[in-house]
Amino acid sequence: MGHDPNFLQTLWFLLIGVLWVGYFILEGFDFGVGILLRAIGHDEAEKRAIIHTIGPVWDGNEVWLLTAGGATFAAFPGWYASLFSGFYLALFLILIALIIRGVSFEFWGKDDSPRWRATWEWTATVGSFLAALLWGVGWADIAHGVPMNAQHNVTATLFDLLHPYALLGGLVTLSLFTAHGAIFLTLRTREELVDRARAIARRVAPISVALMTIFLIWTAANQTGGVKASAAVVAILAVLCAAAAAFTVMRKQDGRAFAFSAGAIALMFVSLFCGLFPDALTSTTSHAFNLTLVASSSSHYTLTVMTVVAVVFVPIVLAYTAWTYWVFRFRIGAADFAGTGTPTPIAVLADKLGGGSNPEQPPEASAPSGAV
Amino acid sequence: MSIGLTAWVALCQTLYYRTGNQLYLRMTRFWGKFMLISLAIGVVTGIVQEFQFGMNWSVYSRYVGDIFGAPLAMEGLMAFFLESTFIGLWLFGWGRLSPKVHLACAWLVAFGTALSAYFILAANSWMQHPVGYTINHATGHAQLTNIFSVLFNSTVLLAFPHTIFGAYTTAGMLVLGISAWSLMRGRHTELFSRSARLVLPITCAVAIITACFGHGQALLMDKQQPMKMAAAEALYNTTKGASFSIFAVAPFEHHPKRLNTDIRIPHGLAILSTLSWNGTVKGINQVNAAEQKKYGPGDYVPIIGVTYWSFRLMVGAGVLIILLTLAGLWLMRKRRLETSRRFQKLAIAGIFLPILANWTGWIFTEMGRQPWIVYGLLRTNDGRSPLVSTTSVVLSLTGYVVVYAILVTVGVRLFLKEIRQGPEDPAPPPPPGAPVSRTADLALAY
Repeated sequence: MGHDPNFLQTLWFLLIGVLWVGYFILEGFDFGVGILLRAIGHDEAEKRAIIHTIGPVWDGNEVWLLTAGGATFAAFPGWYASLFSGFYLALFLILIALIIRGVSFEFWGKDDSPRWRATWEWTATVGSFLAALLWGVGWADIAHGVPMNAQHNVTATLFDLLHPYALLGGLVTLSLFTAHGAIFLTLRTREELVDRARAIARRVAPISVALMTIFLIWTAANQTGGVKASAAVVAILAVLCAAAAAFTVMRKQDGRAFAFSAGAIALMFVSLFCGLFPDALTSTTSHAFNLTLVASSSSHYTLTVMTVVAVVFVPIVLAYTAWTYWVFRFRIGAADFAGTGTPTPIAVLADKLGGGSNPEQPPEASAPSGAV
Repeated sequence: MSIGLTAWVALCQTLYYRTGNQLYLRMTRFWGKFMLISLAIGVVTGIVQEFQFGMNWSVYSRYVGDIFGAPLAMEGLMAFFLESTFIGLWLFGWGRLSPKVHLACAWLVAFGTALSAYFILAANSWMQHPVGYTINHATGHAQLTNIFSVLFNSTVLLAFPHTIFGAYTTAGMLVLGISAWSLMRGRHTELFSRSARLVLPITCAVAIITACFGHGQALLMDKQQPMKMAAAEALYNTTKGASFSIFAVAPFEHHPKRLNTDIRIPHGLAILSTLSWNGTVKGINQVNAAEQKKYGPGDYVPIIGVTYWSFRLMVGAGVLIILLTLAGLWLMRKRRLETSRRFQKLAIAGIFLPILANWTGWIFTEMGRQPWIVYGLLRTNDGRSPLVSTTSVVLSLTGYVVVYAILVTVGVRLFLKEIRQGPEDPAPPPPPGAPVSRTADLALAY
């Protein structure tokens, strides 16, 4: 068995990379929005507006992660098995964080009491914070390599995964996602919310540039077999992109800043993926125990089947995802929710849809005769 | 519950779209609240399912990944994206999307949830009845040879309708129960009477269909997993004209030697599983001997008490659902559906029947497969992650149980709150020329 992946294996490594990158760009900003919910939203209408900016999309964003997991299982079962069992407790913490933040957005508006609202705001913030931090820790561990035996079973405990380099990786994603979320809010909100979000982005973005620079230099220094040219070039581009995001947000060019911060997140992860290739997971116990893509891969037939499915469905998914973002592209402000003059939902709908606008039709006309 | 509720809400919305009757709009929005609460919990807990195979069952994942991973990845790509994207569009798109597009979103969510059930059941069916594979002798792992055999496995072709109609039954009984609660208190009688009258015949039909497919599954299982069916009936020895046991209690042990109580219908089992008075039904001991011959020495018998009782509770709950909905239909014909307090009380209790059937059904089909994780290929004990400590498993399991318990508690609390609050009031006729704010539709979502 050679070490060079064939075309389909390379393609699936690429596709899984794309899914992770897509996940971090998209969920990255909704992590940031979750983290900043209480910092930027001061009253209930503002918080409602902030939750509304990600309300229609956070769930779809999370599916990128599920699909990345499913694709890894299908294309590289060995990788899926070693990674997920090896990071058992770390993944458990991430899953709990994702669960509590996910329900927070949905539960928040379901009751009016201040205590109820405050509870779900805190779970949204803490859950988003933990997930943003832990994804960085986890991916830094993957980039670094983990203690792994000849059977490709990871022998590390949770605390072995929390070394300084990994923790720095966590701070990098935490700061990147927070800045990304703040920049996203400058594009999607109105009035004071924009200013508050931009003020936070201005403070956090430079920190993320500094942390990312140190992290990527450290990553290069960790490469025992010499630094890969591809990984180094992409890493430099990632830092430049992050710097450009920080620079443009200072100049109030929010749209550009968002593109740059998305680019910075993407390029940083691409650089980590470049460093990993052609391995799936490296062993710090012995390089002989590295898990290669070739060794962990599914059969040619399965990869072919999955490629056909991906070629057909990925464009469809991208199309309707893009459409969703287009439908919900408008800005939202606290004023949209304030005031007592808001008509009842049914009245608005009756007016908008024209369904109930026929006053001639008595509502009781079709009531069953047996009704009390 | 979510699978059924998405379809139910889409149905209500279709009726509104067709008739323009505001009652259906209020129904759509009222039942939509339950759908959203249920989906929110279903979505976030679903993430765990996607990851736990690799976390807890790494040997299993390596062994079956070539086959099992494919339907899971397809589920993500084809179904999860669909439902999660369009639920966002549906929830936040009120008044922003055209009525037709908005309605299409509702149906796409319902379709997505059903599609997702298909893929996960195709994966599960492969564990029950592996097909379309070969064992790769170099790696010792199972390898996919035909994806269509896996996706159209005879097992999933029966398991899917059984599950999906079961899901519709679950939502139907929920709608019926909540409607009964409100009718009992004379609240919003028009809306709840319409809901009950609409949902009752559907629920009765889907419950009967669920039972029919369940019976088909039992016949198929007799061929594919004879041990599971023998264990479901706790029939120890192959018997001609076997009787059907309705209620049996035995000492609390793995393979009880004697029974304390046993109520039986003569020839019942023979008729059910062979359609003949004196048909022969295979017994546990004979199947065990056959499996020992095939797979080597060992104990191939699941825990009989669990399979026997989970099977009975599932079937019993199903029968009660069918009887209850038939009674409801009869009352509806007699125009007493809205007044019969006794039926309303039963209908409220009936909410829990499909939930019980769902739990016990899954416990039965998974426990009945033991000691196998993949029937005939890999034992459960050989499939687990070797280096994940018991402490880690206990810790994470405790964590999930605590978090899930909180979610269920909150979910039930929200359900009760929505039930008490009732549906939105009908719209007053809009004052002439009153402008509606451009962003008024935002208030429709949360």
